[in-house]
Amino acid sequence: MVRNPSANREQFRPNDHPNDAFLLTTVVGSYPKPKWLNRADELVDDPDSKFDASDLEEAHDDACRLITHEHERAGLDTVVDGEMRRNEMVEFFADRIDGYEFNGPVKVWGHNYFDKPSVVEEVEYDEPWLVDEFEFTSNVAERPVKVPITGPYTLGFWAFNEAYPSTEELVYDLADLVNEEVEKLVEAGARYIQIDEPALATTPEDHAIVGEALERIVSGIDEEVRIGLHVCYGDYSRIYPEINDYPIDEFDVELCNGDFEQIPTFTDPEFEPDLALGVVDAHTAEVEPVEEIKENIRQGLRVVPPEKLTISPDCGLKLLPRDIAYGKTENMVTAVREVEAEIDSGEIDVENPLDD
Amino acid sequence: MTERVAATPGLYPLPDWAKETLSDLKGHQKGDLLSGDESEAIVEEYAEVRAEYVDDQLDAGLDRVVEGQGRWDDMIAHPLTVHDSVETGGIVRYYDNNNFYRDPRVVDDLGFSGDVARELEAATDLIGGEAPLAATLPGPYSLAELATDEHYGDEAAFQAAIAEFLAGEVEAFPAHETLFLLEPSLVTNPPAEGEESAATDAIATVADATDADVVVQTSYGALDEKLYAHLVDEAGADALGLDLVAGDRDDTVYNVQEFGSTDSLALGLVDGQNTLVEEPETVAERVEWFESQIPAEGFDRTYLTPNTELFYLPSNKYRAKLNTLAAAAEVLE
Repeated sequence: MVRNPSANREQFRPNDHPNDAFLLTTVVGSYPKPKWLNRADELVDDPDSKFDASDLEEAHDDACRLITHEHERAGLDTVVDGEMRRNEMVEFFADRIDGYEFNGPVKVWGHNYFDKPSVVEEVEYDEPWLVDEFEFTSNVAERPVKVPITGPYTLGFWAFNEAYPSTEELVYDLADLVNEEVEKLVEAGARYIQIDEPALATTPEDHAIVGEALERIVSGIDEEVRIGLHVCYGDYSRIYPEINDYPIDEFDVELCNGDFEQIPTFTDPEFEPDLALGVVDAHTAEVEPVEEIKENIRQGLRVVPPEKLTISPDCGLKLLPRDIAYGKTENMVTAVREVEAEIDSGEIDVENPLDD
Repeated sequence: MTERVAATPGLYPLPDWAKETLSDLKGHQKGDLLSGDESEAIVEEYAEVRAEYVDDQLDAGLDRVVEGQGRWDDMIAHPLTVHDSVETGGIVRYYDNNNFYRDPRVVDDLGFSGDVARELEAATDLIGGEAPLAATLPGPYSLAELATDEHYGDEAAFQAAIAEFLAGEVEAFPAHETLFLLEPSLVTNPPAEGEESAATDAIATVADATDADVVVQTSYGALDEKLYAHLVDEAGADALGLDLVAGDRDDTVYNVQEFGSTDSLALGLVDGQNTLVEEPETVAERVEWFESQIPAEGFDRTYLTPNTELFYLPSNKYRAKLNTLAAAAEVLE
């Protein structure tokens, strides 16, 4: 059953918010790395270079500060550090969880590879994964910080399972570890956690496994903490209305990429968690004009009322040129603020949001 | 007495050094993938990859050596994606895996290509007679399933044309002891009831083009029983290849007990999609156990194989799996 999103949403409304209506703006997480950071990542492996691990840490700090501020400059209500410290969404966590080992890259397609890890023994929690990263970002940010975490289903199914009788059992053990991490993040002050489960998009028949994993993740987590779930592009009718039973506050979807054709899927039965709607495409390198984004936001109002609508890009923006990623984010926020004003003035009828 | 043969159908992972050099030479985008007329520098890289594959197999002591198919960017769709009568479309999912290939859109008559024959000639030179060669091709049913027809206009005609094309390729192959025809689609997307014979006819067309032992290798679980029976009787295969790792093994045992088997069998015994390396003794036990389930007294050959291609694995584990297969065959001697 859904958590209680109305119990935690208002804390993200900025003091100087200009409108009565409040559509929470956020990002999915990843953001293009500055070129110099990629260079720094390579330099630290170069034996002829004096650039060492502590220099790289400084570079990561600088990049996190930069992107967090870039998000604030774009006007977002909640920000992320752009995942500047992370290499790949499974690798980063597998590196921090006892029980995983790396054997080398495997092919995804063509010459695109992924360092797919193997689970060789029971997974265990060692050092915190993200607490330092959160504390750093939180200290440099003026806005609340959201923490994206790769979900246990993806961490389990995008690895080789050598140790568990079934990958489902591995997923549940991983979910307990994610729960431990979320507890530590909450202790450090985090109030907005997003679980990323891209693997569910390709195997929607496993929605019950993800549901059970989420139960474990949120166990003991207070309702003032907002828990989101992000699932990338796929056939959402395969997991809806089942997601209404998930213990989450918010469900984040990628629909812009498919011209919102799947919106009707979510209208019957009634959508229960808050909807976080992707309104700019993460796979096209053109900045959408504000007017177009406003039309996209109205699509979300077909599913939920304004007080249950969160607005974000479709997915992480890391594959885009940085100026494009910024342009999309900035236009997205502008569009949201204009839509809010139009809701306040009655110009947008929230019962019939597509009517002019 | 049954002969045990350790072999693989190929499609190996590129060595890590080649993953880097080739992606530098070719690029990462869809348009950068192999078209069949690659530059001399790329040809040379692949020649080194091929030599390494041959060495890996000879070092392991496999009974058949394959070319390794390092060039097959699009996995078993490769023979079409490098063909002149084919345009490549979008990136599509490769079976139920987190892997993708370019959709081959067949836009003209599928004439002779010779691409795979050239690879096999090169492999033959490298092997230098130290072990018999095994050739690998997609089976016509799976290749038709993976491709898009924009020319023949009719499913049956398309499947038959692909079978004729593959048969033409086989005729140009250098001497080979075994031909693996990879047919995962027979399990994942089997022919509709009543259309089994069209699929088996297509396979027989390719099988008839060689004097070598033909192994029709299936993957991702057990075959439907009716289709299994058709394949045993009609596909012209010397051996059916059965996946004993994925899916329900009991279904496969049932098929064999109920409908008999080809004169030889290939058993998918080591997991091509998991880094856990099997013990040779365990593999050997599985061979004996499975052979004991077969009603017919003594048959010709048991091929000890992985259940899928090996490109899913990191390089070190692929090599370990080759060693396991060869060692398991030795345990059984």
